[in-house]
Amino acid sequence: MSYRPEGLRTLDDAEQGTPPPAAPTGIGVRGWLRWAWRQLTSMRVALLLLMLLALAALPGAFFPQTPQDAGAVARYRADQPELAAWLDRLGLFDVYASPWFAAIYLLLFVSLIGCILPRTRTHLAALRAAPSRVPRRLTRFPVHATHETDASPEEVTAAVRSALGRRFRVALTPDGVSAERGYLRETGNIVFHLSLVGVLIALGLGQVLSYRGQAVVVEDRSFANALVDYDTFTSGSLVDEDRLDPFVLTLQEMTSEFTVDAQARDFAAHVAITDPDGEVREDVIRVNYPLDVAGANIYLAGNGFAPHLTVRDAEGEVAFSQPVPFLPEDDFYTSRGVVKVPDVSPGLEQLGFTGYLLPTAVVDEVGARSVHPQPNAPLVILDVYTGDLGLDDGVPQNVYELDTTGLTQLTDDDGEVKILLEPGQEVELPDGLGTISFDSLPRFAALDVRYDPSLTLLLVSALLAMAGLSASLFVPRRRLWVKVTPGEGGRTVVEAAALARGDDPGLEKDLEHVMTAVRATGPTAQEDK
Amino acid sequence: MNDLGQLSLLAIYGAMAAYAVAMIAFGVDLSALRDRGPEGRPRRAAAIAMTTTTLGVVLHAVGVVTRGFAAGRVPWANMYEFTIVFTLVAAGTFLVIQRWRDLRYLGALVITPTLLALGLAVSVLYIEADGVRPALDHYWLVIHVSVATMAIGIFAVAAALSIVQLVKERGERAVAQRREPAVALAGGSGGAAEVDAAPGENADRGFWGRLGDSLPSSAELERLAYRLNAVAFLLWTFTLIAGAIWAEHAWGRPWGWDPKEVGTFVVWVVYAAYLHARATRGWDGRKAAYLGLSGFALVLVNYFVVNLFADTIHGYAF
Repeated sequence: MSYRPEGLRTLDDAEQGTPPPAAPTGIGVRGWLRWAWRQLTSMRVALLLLMLLALAALPGAFFPQTPQDAGAVARYRADQPELAAWLDRLGLFDVYASPWFAAIYLLLFVSLIGCILPRTRTHLAALRAAPSRVPRRLTRFPVHATHETDASPEEVTAAVRSALGRRFRVALTPDGVSAERGYLRETGNIVFHLSLVGVLIALGLGQVLSYRGQAVVVEDRSFANALVDYDTFTSGSLVDEDRLDPFVLTLQEMTSEFTVDAQARDFAAHVAITDPDGEVREDVIRVNYPLDVAGANIYLAGNGFAPHLTVRDAEGEVAFSQPVPFLPEDDFYTSRGVVKVPDVSPGLEQLGFTGYLLPTAVVDEVGARSVHPQPNAPLVILDVYTGDLGLDDGVPQNVYELDTTGLTQLTDDDGEVKILLEPGQEVELPDGLGTISFDSLPRFAALDVRYDPSLTLLLVSALLAMAGLSASLFVPRRRLWVKVTPGEGGRTVVEAAALARGDDPGLEKDLEHVMTAVRATGPTAQEDK
Repeated sequence: MNDLGQLSLLAIYGAMAAYAVAMIAFGVDLSALRDRGPEGRPRRAAAIAMTTTTLGVVLHAVGVVTRGFAAGRVPWANMYEFTIVFTLVAAGTFLVIQRWRDLRYLGALVITPTLLALGLAVSVLYIEADGVRPALDHYWLVIHVSVATMAIGIFAVAAALSIVQLVKERGERAVAQRREPAVALAGGSGGAAEVDAAPGENADRGFWGRLGDSLPSSAELERLAYRLNAVAFLLWTFTLIAGAIWAEHAWGRPWGWDPKEVGTFVVWVVYAAYLHARATRGWDGRKAAYLGLSGFALVLVNYFVVNLFADTIHGYAF
């Protein structure tokens, strides 16, 4: 315990002065509420809640979380169904949206507000009030000094004032000089805690005001910011999905750079944007460098190839002709894709293709594989299915998956039929089903569009919290008193002491600075340090 | 480029050799302190240890800088580089504080883990110096990650101080208990801070007790650990905010509860609890030290376990 002289009240006392009361008896409901409130806003409970929060946040790092990786959760459920059932019951697959996690952080924030508001009031009062009164015996403080000088009390007081400078707030009282510095420390502390509330509010607003969607856009094609053009779309409850800012994006070119050993070096989506007001501009979206369009950010989340395939049916009619995005599965862009051809001539069976695109294909006795992500020797390898694609059932289908329940795979004497296509090639399908051709190889960009108006508040709150934190940790809070009394023989006796909040190695330096100025006013008669 | 990479690795090996000598010398110094107490002949072993540590830090720094030139970017873009940088910060912090305070007793506790981490880096985590992938090619890589290495390095030295504090405190309590009857008889008012044992009592004090006599008081160790933790906590806060800003640029969300983000958040909360614990009645420096140490344990888990075993989008780098 640090030494505390009588009559000195600090914020520490205010904090520590109320010992945690034992559970009271016979005080009625209001009394109980007051007691509970005092408990909740005590530092002890805040500490407990902080530790609980840390503990509660941990499971999310070790169990897969539905919002982050729904696929991993599904795998976990399949692998360990019994454990998964329990985890489900406890909400451990979505920790950060679970009621118990919310309970902890909401209690913590109530506790924070309940603690910080009274402190703000106290601090505001302290800012207006004069510095504390001078204690009776300054020599009782661990950091103190005395001096006798020939100078008059007025001269000494003036010297002390000028030595204290502008950092200290100074009050001249009948008992002596009282000075304080470091109000910024508590200001910082309060700003930090209130900013955390700002962070929480910003995150909450983000939940209801933001939307996010993904879209795959092929070169030379456009994407309009409307619900129908998104592959996936999620939005907060206050977002009007029918009134998104109507901009149009056209992917002019998607470029990529790789080292010879297939390390990615650069991706860039060159786009033309038509703003809601009709203005057209060109820009580039890179990884890490999103594009701001009408308040929404567009991110380059992925890229790949979308071979343009054309299928003609048995009657020679074009049944399908468009670029098909193949999703990359490894560093060499071995990409998987699906072609569904529903629009064959009446009376004919529907066609389905599934297979791979190899950008730089090497075919040898082991099989076919890609050795580089750039399209140096593209090859498309497809399995062929006929039958019912199931598109007319009204059940939404994943465009990247082929549901083979109503389909039959084509086979010949060697087993499954494999169709190999290089760019510009056209191949006859077996059984006179028609032809398929590989016309060109455009690239696609997978774009993430996100609109979140709460980000500014979040950033400002976070930066304020940071500034407040540094003030509350590193601004020293010091009090300094100087008593100037006339002594024997016309001499003047100077007593001074300094007190800091907590451990403060710079405290003696402050006092020494003042005493140097005092000594400069006259010759030393007697020194007692 | 490749030659520079080799030079960097060589410098790291050199630093490890120097640290190994320093570690042994620090150990010799500690055991001599135990036998001799604080007053005694000059601490020759400690002098050797400090010289070799300085040499090690210089070589270490050369290793980090040449690695950066070899890769043509800042040298903290994968786990190997991150490890050699934060260990450099830890060893460097240890050296720099010596300018104000004699912390040589802490040497073994700082240099031994540094050496272990470096060993892990060169044997398990090492990869050739290479350019940077697009996902990391951003100025926040320079800011966010360097501040993270600084925070971890300083947390590490603070944790070492907390361990010494706990050892010392145990010794102090033992002494206080032994002295209590005497104090009571004298009607004395001896505070807990004045616990310097008389020389005659040394014989039955045990290894740690006697070693503890040559250390600063636990209260002073606690204050020093607190100051380092406060600095590191501020840096960690900055890491968190900078990370959120970068995540907003890269992934389109400032916060997504990725395992790495969870870990960083939990570490932040635990150190926040540490800071509150110091200001809470009924919580003394000892309990706060335990909180600080668990915070640092979580830093290590967040780095090694989460990076290597958890399914994280931070995985490609750290």
